[in-house]
Amino acid sequence: MGENKRLQAGVSRRRFLRDSLWGTCLAGLGVLTGFVVGKHRKTNTLWQIDPYTCIACGNCATYCVLDESAVKCMHAFSVCGYCRICFGFFGPEPVDITEGAENQVCPTGAIKRRFVEDPYYEYTIDEKLCNGCGKCVKGCNAFGNGSLFLQVRHDRCLNCNECSIAAACPSGAWKRVPAERPYLLKPALSEVEGMAAHPPQAEHGAGNHA
Amino acid sequence: MRRCPYIIVCVTVLLGLVSPATCPATARRSAETSGQGVAPGTEPALSLSKGPGANKRFPPPEFESGYVQPSPTTPAPRQDIYQYIDALVLLAALGISAYLVLKRRSRSAIFALAVFSLLYFGFARMGCVCSVGAIQNIVLSIFDRSYAVPIVVLAFFLLPLIFTLFFGRVFCAGVCPLGAIQDVVLVRPVRVPNWLEGALRLFAYVYLGAAILFAATGSAFIICRYDPFVSFFRLSGNWNILTLGGSVLLVSVFVGRPYCRFVCPYGVILRQLSRISRWNVTIAPGRQDPAIVMTGLTGGPDECIQCRLCEDSCPFGAIREPTADWTGRDYSIGKKRLTLLMVLLPVLALSVGWAGSRLKNVAARMHATVRLAERVYLEDAGKAEGTTNASLAFRATGKPTEQLYAEASNIRAKFTLGGWFFGGFVGLIAGLKLIGLSRRVGRTDYEADRASCLACGRCFEYCPKEHARRKGIGATDFAD
Repeated sequence: MGENKRLQAGVSRRRFLRDSLWGTCLAGLGVLTGFVVGKHRKTNTLWQIDPYTCIACGNCATYCVLDESAVKCMHAFSVCGYCRICFGFFGPEPVDITEGAENQVCPTGAIKRRFVEDPYYEYTIDEKLCNGCGKCVKGCNAFGNGSLFLQVRHDRCLNCNECSIAAACPSGAWKRVPAERPYLLKPALSEVEGMAAHPPQAEHGAGNHA
Repeated sequence: MRRCPYIIVCVTVLLGLVSPATCPATARRSAETSGQGVAPGTEPALSLSKGPGANKRFPPPEFESGYVQPSPTTPAPRQDIYQYIDALVLLAALGISAYLVLKRRSRSAIFALAVFSLLYFGFARMGCVCSVGAIQNIVLSIFDRSYAVPIVVLAFFLLPLIFTLFFGRVFCAGVCPLGAIQDVVLVRPVRVPNWLEGALRLFAYVYLGAAILFAATGSAFIICRYDPFVSFFRLSGNWNILTLGGSVLLVSVFVGRPYCRFVCPYGVILRQLSRISRWNVTIAPGRQDPAIVMTGLTGGPDECIQCRLCEDSCPFGAIREPTADWTGRDYSIGKKRLTLLMVLLPVLALSVGWAGSRLKNVAARMHATVRLAERVYLEDAGKAEGTTNASLAFRATGKPTEQLYAEASNIRAKFTLGGWFFGGFVGLIAGLKLIGLSRRVGRTDYEADRASCLACGRCFEYCPKEHARRKGIGATDFAD
């Protein structure tokens, strides 16, 4: 009888300890939730490139987990100078100023050049061909208006928890942006008149490596 | 001399001497005459693109031909609603898993659920975001004031934990796609000796500690980076990670779910919660009072009949055998050993913690800022040849080097403190493991280990009492 009582006491003590531990764990999860929800964002976040920080190093073409990168070149037509000789289109030393492949800087021929009116030419990106290498971006930034820039195309992006390209980005241009404003576009030059040297920042940008 | 074309471009534009459309050509021609080809790819283009204003070289043309400027397309991302559907599917899958494991007790149904989860959370949703990786988002949001966790990520982190507190590791059983992909290839399980199992499992704790350390310092999400299966789910990825994933899958054919048992950082959290869950898997059917089971005095109403049929049924080494009685001599030796280990526990934790803090310089290199600062320092000191993309980009921003160094040493300081915690955690876990090994647990029955049991349900049909239950034979029929 005494033995039985001792066992029962052991059981209830264990049960008490176990139950309090269980309750503590549940409460702990509750506190954690409260803390995290306290600063939570209503919408989800997506990855995007800040075109003003991007140096067009070429990592976007190779580091994406997709075979064909989710990053593509975009063209801000309102920024473009419609130059006849475009350094986003022509290679460093073109043989001729024609659309021949040997003259182009784009390795996949994804930029289409079309005559608009003298002396202006329109340049458009054929997205199916673009691999996001940024060679044209580099040329346009160096000698033109910088109207060509790289962006994550959200119809392609898988939105990995840690973006492989962001981890490999040398300039910290990758940011998490709120899902309702998923693109960081280059504004028209007229819109940035009088603007400070700082481009529009992504909300709560968590840096490129987080 | 290298900057010559750029200067000419700027000068010509500023003076307005040439028509905008031909300006670059002029620059090119001048460059050619000076014997220097224009090479946009090799130019220090970085220094030229500082702000929006810096690139205003050619005014936008005024068209006379009625040309209408197209506007760039911005394809919409996947809608948020699908994310919420994912969270709901997760909730439903967890509920179904708990029902199948505890009530229905059907291995084939659990397997079917696991295959569904593999197809949905794995191949359809391509792995992201998963509960395992969500640890890092939660940690980052605690340590980084500017980072907020999306509510869906929080749900993925929290729901399995809550379910584990109530029902045991039902998440591992049929919901986690990483577990499912290993479970479906497990055809010829070999038994891993207990000592090896325990030793290998320490790696999972180290991995969890490291993941928290790197997430807290904002360096990297290593769980995602070294996830062996996510590249299978996406059907693309680099060769290194595909090789790693392939190797783990190959091992999984013979060793039951090696990632779950020896690597998974979320699994070690679930282990601990499963120890105190309200309900949990039992080999023999029947309602069990967890508090009574924990004492090891009885298996509950439907008792184990010690037939030993289930002994080898678990491919994950989670079935514990009944223990033999201890002699008095063993008891006193065991007591001394336990006391010694308990005294040594803080010593172990502190010494490993110290070792962890010494790793700060190596560990801090996971952070891009520290890598950059080291590179810039080497370049400035003339100890490194040339430049990297990162150092070029940094110099183009015009930020003072001192500021970069200050940021880097700030991060290193975080790693010193983090290293103490990381090492202390690893030391503590190792010490507790030793204490656990020295602690006597009495068992009279064959039981599923609450922590290690992945609730896969393989052992159920080995139990004759389970067959009795399925055929509706009462427990009393067996007693005779």
